[in-house]
Amino acid sequence: MKANCWMGVHRVEVRDVPDPKILNDGDAIVRVTSTAICGSDLHLFDGYIPTMEKGDVLGHEFMGEVVEVGRGVTKLEVGDRVVVPFPIACGSCLACDRQLYSLCENSNPNAGMAEKAWGSSAAGIFGYSHMAGGYAGGQAEYVRVPFADVGPIVIEDDSLSDEQVLFLSDIFPTGYMGAELCDIQPGDTVAVWGAGPVGQFAAASAALLGAGRVVVIDRFPYRLRMAAEHAGAETLNYEEVDVREALRDLTAGRGPDACIDAVGMEAHHGSGPIHAYDKVKQGLRMETERAHALRQAITSCRNGGTVSIMGVYGGMVDKFPLGSLMNRSLTVKTGQCHVQRYMRPLLERVQNGEIDPTFVITHRMPLSDAPRGFDIFKRKQDDCMKVVLTA
Amino acid sequence: MGSATGTAATSDGAGHATSGDPTGSDRRRGTGERLAKGLGWFSVGLGVPQVLAPGRMNRLIGVDDSRQNRAVMRAMGVRELAGAPGILDRPRPAGFLFARVAGDALDLAVLGAALRARGNVRARVAAAMAAVAGVTVLDVIASAKTSRSADPTTGGGAVRAQSAITVNRPPDEVYRFWRDVENLPRFMAHLESVHGQGDVRSHWVARAPAGATVEWDAEVVEDVPGSLIAWRSLDGAEVPNSGTVRLAPAPGGGATEVRVDLEYQAPLGAAGAAAARLFGEDPIQQVKDDLRRFKQVVETGDVVRSDGSPDGTRTQRQLHQREAQPLA
Repeated sequence: MKANCWMGVHRVEVRDVPDPKILNDGDAIVRVTSTAICGSDLHLFDGYIPTMEKGDVLGHEFMGEVVEVGRGVTKLEVGDRVVVPFPIACGSCLACDRQLYSLCENSNPNAGMAEKAWGSSAAGIFGYSHMAGGYAGGQAEYVRVPFADVGPIVIEDDSLSDEQVLFLSDIFPTGYMGAELCDIQPGDTVAVWGAGPVGQFAAASAALLGAGRVVVIDRFPYRLRMAAEHAGAETLNYEEVDVREALRDLTAGRGPDACIDAVGMEAHHGSGPIHAYDKVKQGLRMETERAHALRQAITSCRNGGTVSIMGVYGGMVDKFPLGSLMNRSLTVKTGQCHVQRYMRPLLERVQNGEIDPTFVITHRMPLSDAPRGFDIFKRKQDDCMKVVLTA
Repeated sequence: MGSATGTAATSDGAGHATSGDPTGSDRRRGTGERLAKGLGWFSVGLGVPQVLAPGRMNRLIGVDDSRQNRAVMRAMGVRELAGAPGILDRPRPAGFLFARVAGDALDLAVLGAALRARGNVRARVAAAMAAVAGVTVLDVIASAKTSRSADPTTGGGAVRAQSAITVNRPPDEVYRFWRDVENLPRFMAHLESVHGQGDVRSHWVARAPAGATVEWDAEVVEDVPGSLIAWRSLDGAEVPNSGTVRLAPAPGGGATEVRVDLEYQAPLGAAGAAAARLFGEDPIQQVKDDLRRFKQVVETGDVVRSDGSPDGTRTQRQLHQREAQPLA
């Protein structure tokens, strides 16, 4: 089959690889109909996530048709149309019992690697490095889905297009969880750093959850326009205004009640020298994150407010404003999204017409064009927001 | 358990704790560590005057007190002081001690050059060289001793490994699964088969290096349903071994804390144990991996496999991942 493979820093290639096989009784094989390139795939593309091997099949946002099931699978049948969540979860451990699916204790056979970096391991993830399990991903014609009874959600409503439900695999629940973690009270002001796809869904979800005011921060006018249009957000271009000042003005000196980081480890900074400082340190591996957005989210948040981190981080950071966090009684909430928890309720919101997730899609191309898709997305060419690949 | 310094212990969020303890090498380890501590303080004692009074030190060892020689003396002092915390702070400072040996070699080379150079008092330089050579001998001894004691498989080849994990099933169920010895090869990677012969005795076949197998008979020596199983090999086993698994309800109820303690006599004694380690067969890591697989099998019914680790959790596999592509 054809699959988009990581071949080194800034190199992906569509290659012929073997078709997947059932390895565990609980596996299903899915023929991928639609898959997407995630912002977090760019961290792999840029070489900032360790333990990648040349030839790894990428992709953790995908859906398709079940073509084979293992002996132990009871809830899926051949022919079912499914969306697959990006974290792999067994459904039987203590973490899964508590619906903390991205912390599944059994799905990462390479847990020892993650323990070295993080102290303990988290769940396995499709196509996202060997410390996340070494699973082949879904930017491919076929994919093996472990614990098929636990993760995938069957889409029975044929009137829903692939594009309407595909993002239940990651970015819609991830943005939604980012807003949910903020414990939004009616009328709250929620600020979102990053107007990429996750930021768009975080802003839209904050509005759905009752925020009085949503403010989105980015530097690309086309992205800010989208947030204004679809989440009713006010927007700040950090290359034009001092964000902390502007947020203080908007909230009469208090700061936003909640701040969501939808940027992660490769943030850009408005000030050239400060950006260069972190970029050099990251390049020399003296830190793994460029955390400008998170630093600003922390120092902007109102006293006693909540900082929700949904952008991906990999290791260590410096210049972390811990004093601001501690002295001002901020609450930090974070985690890879527990997607399995959100798929059904968010599918209902799509069916009810409360949100149409297709608004983020700007580019559609065949799987064979994946390398071009990575390039356009990475460079934000042609007002790129989200690339969907069809197999 | 031996002294605290001989125990390597780690834990993780999945409730996984591990420790390995050699038996019989406590005494040797103790002398190695006392010597190492002494050398650490010696580094401090030498480094401080080298940095603060390099001129006086130069005259003491008989070299010309030039500006350049003062800089060299001060740099050597900095090196001594840099290594000392590593030696004094660590339970097993083998790496820092090897660095001391390298430093000694450097010192001897510099003094050798000083011996030939004009303007130096040769007798004093020669005496300094003799002193450094003496320290070098101590450094070599200490680094050899502490690095040997970092190896849990020494002590005449007796190996002991302990680990623990929390399994999300009640103790009775975990007990029943472990008590059925035929289940053991499902999660103990080195076992090929275990066949029960009645309720107490069983026949075990294990994989050995180079495709060979090792077989032995074992018996259950202690059996408390829901809380304890202990077993040991019968007389005549090629690899005499014994083990205990203790079960306790985890806080909150519903789950079980599983603590395993294994001991075996490595084939060919200490040499065999060292050879096994050389090929990546770390007994502590093996028990840890086995328990992770045990948890997977009890909780999910199977060992969890990925494209990069198609055999499931095995530390050796983690070091040599195949690409995350479907198997051909």
